Amino acid sequence: MDFAFFLIQLLNGLQYGLLLFLVASGLTLIFGIMGIVNLAHGSFYMVGAYLAWSLSSLTGSLTAAILLAVPLTVMLGMGLERLLFRHLYRRDHLYQVLLTYGLILVFEELRSVLWGDDTHGVAVPALLSYSIPLTDNLSYPVYRLAISGVCLLLAAALYFLIQKTRLGMMIRAGASNRDMVQSLGIDIKLIYTLVFALGIALAAFAGMINAPLSSVFPNMGSQVLIICFVVVVIGGIGSVKGAMVASLMIGLADTFGQVLVPEVAGMIVYVLMAVVLVWRPEGLFGRG
Amino acid sequence: MNTLPFLVAGLLALFPLVESTFYLQLLTKVLIMAIFAMSLDLLVGYTGLVSFGHAAYFGLAGYAIALMAPQYETVSLWWSLPAAMGVCAVFAFVIGTLVLRTRGIYFIMVTLAFSQMLFFIFHDTKIGGGSDGIYIYAKPSMNLGDVQLLNLEKLENFYWLVLVLTVAVYLLLHRVLGSTFGRALLGIKVNEHRMRALGFPVFRYQLASFTFSGALAGMAGYLAAAQYGFVNPEILSWHQSGAVLMMVILGGMGTLYGSVIGAFAFVLLQEVLSNQAWFGIAAKHWQLAMGIFIMLVALYLPQGLAGLLQRFGRKPVVEVADE
Repeated sequence: MDFAFFLIQLLNGLQYGLLLFLVASGLTLIFGIMGIVNLAHGSFYMVGAYLAWSLSSLTGSLTAAILLAVPLTVMLGMGLERLLFRHLYRRDHLYQVLLTYGLILVFEELRSVLWGDDTHGVAVPALLSYSIPLTDNLSYPVYRLAISGVCLLLAAALYFLIQKTRLGMMIRAGASNRDMVQSLGIDIKLIYTLVFALGIALAAFAGMINAPLSSVFPNMGSQVLIICFVVVVIGGIGSVKGAMVASLMIGLADTFGQVLVPEVAGMIVYVLMAVVLVWRPEGLFGRG
Repeated sequence: MNTLPFLVAGLLALFPLVESTFYLQLLTKVLIMAIFAMSLDLLVGYTGLVSFGHAAYFGLAGYAIALMAPQYETVSLWWSLPAAMGVCAVFAFVIGTLVLRTRGIYFIMVTLAFSQMLFFIFHDTKIGGGSDGIYIYAKPSMNLGDVQLLNLEKLENFYWLVLVLTVAVYLLLHRVLGSTFGRALLGIKVNEHRMRALGFPVFRYQLASFTFSGALAGMAGYLAAAQYGFVNPEILSWHQSGAVLMMVILGGMGTLYGSVIGAFAFVLLQEVLSNQAWFGIAAKHWQLAMGIFIMLVALYLPQGLAGLLQRFGRKPVVEVADE
């Protein structure tokens, strides 16, 4: 493996990992703060991708589609939190699993009714659709670099929001003691709605920006969901830092696995998870 | 134990006299799913472990029979059923030692992830014919020496075999759950720390339950694969895990007969909703109605149909799950 090839795989792995982080951070936040296990999280990734496809074919531009779709997914998240998830906070995980499993079926069928069962491609924005040449016959697409950059920006913004702002302080306080926060006069219900909508929007956004690379197809959410479960288990539930480390680990392991040992590549992430479970059952950054 | 289960089983045994084709096959499927649901109820309802990857064992046994059977000949039920269940037990034991290190939400995610691992193994490699799956051309044989005891190619014979096994699993689980072992499992479900303080080897009890449950799920998977004559990776997809969990909850977890009721209700509902003659174009999208139904059950019927029966004072539910 020469250097240019290695560099390409490295960049691909990082880009995949950063994308996983967007989905997994929402999952881990929603669990860590609200105690909800959300199986339907992958469905929002799918919704994002399909919105990007249908709106970009309407407007003719992916950027416009994303600008339109993000507020839509935020509203979807807030609406669902008010309608459904709010009733589950104090219930057993079992019922959360069941409810969100039902939600997956509903989303998949609505997708089939509204958008059909075909696979669709989404065009890369013209501004970003060129490649940087690395050697005579190898080059790297700028769009992938742009995705990585956007994901890094969002990760930094998320860190700033949670660690440095007053709202972030309330969110963290709400995670450790809901009743205390409420009795201090903070509207915890509103905070929960916001966190949920944020998590949903992150997952949907990941689906939107990845749509040109992955294309848009039925059941695309469940694949991402399972990998994100692995990420959350490795990183530790509720830990955004853990989600970042684990996402990059999985992204790199999977990408290099596909290249170096393609026969067993599908297994690698699960083996990684098994090792972490033996070594640190609460995850790398979990509160053991 | 009262006589009602025997009465129901007796009535079910007479069913092939009434109907011998489509509905008999449907009822066979219901009973197989009932075994599957009871095996999961042992975990969810009695041990307090919410597994979202139970299809792994169901599917593994299906693949076990497909791979053990010679291509165009029958395989003997006598050794292939125990072998398939054995494979599942070993797999459940290994997975169990890993997943039982986690609790609650981790447990849900990890069981799901490991079952997906199995899904991808069968989906991506050539072991089981990849995503196309494998055919099982002949039903297993039940011979004693050279004499054929039961020809399982006949629908009613296969149905009776499944019925006998369903009753056997019910009685076995009933027995096990009434024993000291079963009582200890319930104790662990309610308060793990207390049971540990009392000196019970909690991990070993849970692992035993997990392994046993995997083997029983294997029995169901073996029968399902034999019935359809076909396995593909869908048999261990997470939709299968979701469906069986739904049956357990719908029937009422922590009550063995609830799992049987749940399997009946779920399979019949699936048949009704996807009936094109009744629902026309909507039948194509029956999963939408099913999804809404599942959500309603999760929100408004946490104790399932058995809980409803109990509320009307028909029959006391043995153990009601705590929240």
